[in-house]
Amino acid sequence: MGETEDGMRPKKVVFVTVGTTCFDVLVKVVDSLEVKDELLGRGYPSLLIQMGRGSYLPTKSTGDDGSLAVDYFTFSSSIADHMSSASLVISHAGSGSIFETLRLGKPLIVVVNEDLMDNHQSELVEELAERKHLYCAHPQTLHQTIVGMDLKSLLPYSPGDATPVAKLLIRFLGFPED
Amino acid sequence: MPITVQISNSLRYLDFKTSNSNFLSQSFLIICFNNKILNQIFYSDISSYLPQNSCTRNFVEKAQEMEKCNGVCFTNLSSNHPITCFMAFTTIMLFRVLYVIYRTGMPLGKRATPQSFSTLIVLGSGGHTAEMINLLLVLQKDRFTPRFYIAAATDNMSLQKALVLDNSFAASSGFKGISAEFMQIYRSREVGQSYVTSVWTTLVAIAHAFWLMIKIRPQVVLCNGPGTCIPLCVIAFFFKVAGIRWSSIFYVESIARVKRLSLSGLLLYKLRIADQFFVQWPQLQRKYPRAHYVGCLM
Repeated sequence: MGETEDGMRPKKVVFVTVGTTCFDVLVKVVDSLEVKDELLGRGYPSLLIQMGRGSYLPTKSTGDDGSLAVDYFTFSSSIADHMSSASLVISHAGSGSIFETLRLGKPLIVVVNEDLMDNHQSELVEELAERKHLYCAHPQTLHQTIVGMDLKSLLPYSPGDATPVAKLLIRFLGFPED
Repeated sequence: MPITVQISNSLRYLDFKTSNSNFLSQSFLIICFNNKILNQIFYSDISSYLPQNSCTRNFVEKAQEMEKCNGVCFTNLSSNHPITCFMAFTTIMLFRVLYVIYRTGMPLGKRATPQSFSTLIVLGSGGHTAEMINLLLVLQKDRFTPRFYIAAATDNMSLQKALVLDNSFAASSGFKGISAEFMQIYRSREVGQSYVTSVWTTLVAIAHAFWLMIKIRPQVVLCNGPGTCIPLCVIAFFFKVAGIRWSSIFYVESIARVKRLSLSGLLLYKLRIADQFFVQWPQLQRKYPRAHYVGCLM
């Protein structure tokens, strides 16, 4: 099931990030009882939410009573640290957050913000979901996605490379190629 | 048959033009001031405006004398001058624009290559900046010096990232002196702003961009971003047309665009402003054949 890979069992954290956007709908859904219960049932005892510019405040919880520990913050310079220490990342559809997570090799669920006027972001998410690098969800379907996901089936993403662009630039400008 | 009366700027004399000396037989009179028709007066009114026939001839002679003295000439030709000039100018500009579009996309060739190009790097935000940084990491920095980084005024993160990156270049190359500058620009359109209000904000952004571009006059423009790059690229194109600076404009479409180009990308592609246009997904290259497919940058 992809729950305990080793016997150490460090605290498995689910990290939710909305980047610099306002995505209250996602925060609300993640804060809902059914999603929290499902995460707990899947062996994630802790939830950390980076809520960006949103105004909805999730209910904090220490998790002492056996429920899911919930904490949140708006912005932090250490988002990368939170990401690398997380066991599962639930992210908005910003390409920065997506590729940062993929490069870290973390399982990722991307939730598309349907309120954006020019919603081109779903293009990328659908393409990457088709290539089995991540799970694509909508706020309403996040719960089902978590229920149905099989992290073992995700394929690692091999980072891209900018050298083809650099080569074409160099050739165009007339520099000798090396 | 009409008579034209031209009143000079200073209103010092009247200039009559008529092929028929029989003044009184004219049906009406046109009064022009600086070649613009002021009024049409019917003959019955002329007497109140002008002296009778013989006096009028004297008046014309006197006017012609004055014209010789002053060197001021109101001829029919002079009225065509501005139009001719305008027509000529428009034609020349049209040919120039066509030439620039024709030359755009043509490699510079080895002979024209200087040691290094002054480079303008337009940073988008978030993912756009990350992609640009990936590209900058693989470019030979000594060939793209000095570098000018421009980011949106609302975006504090991108310039910081670029600063860290460029300092690492400087540290590794041991280059002394200023090789990079960092600037901010007004955005033409925020994420989520409607297309209607973005017309006005784009105009403001263009004015500011113009000022920055006059200062920078880059030889290479690298952009991948959202609307920020449009005013800069349009001005770079204008500089090409006006002969102020020939620049090569490179646009990398964001990795987030899989099926359709962004508005910025579409403009630069369709208007043929970008010299080279890169896309990161093969689907897009099939749709826009002039683009180069380069694979994912991220």
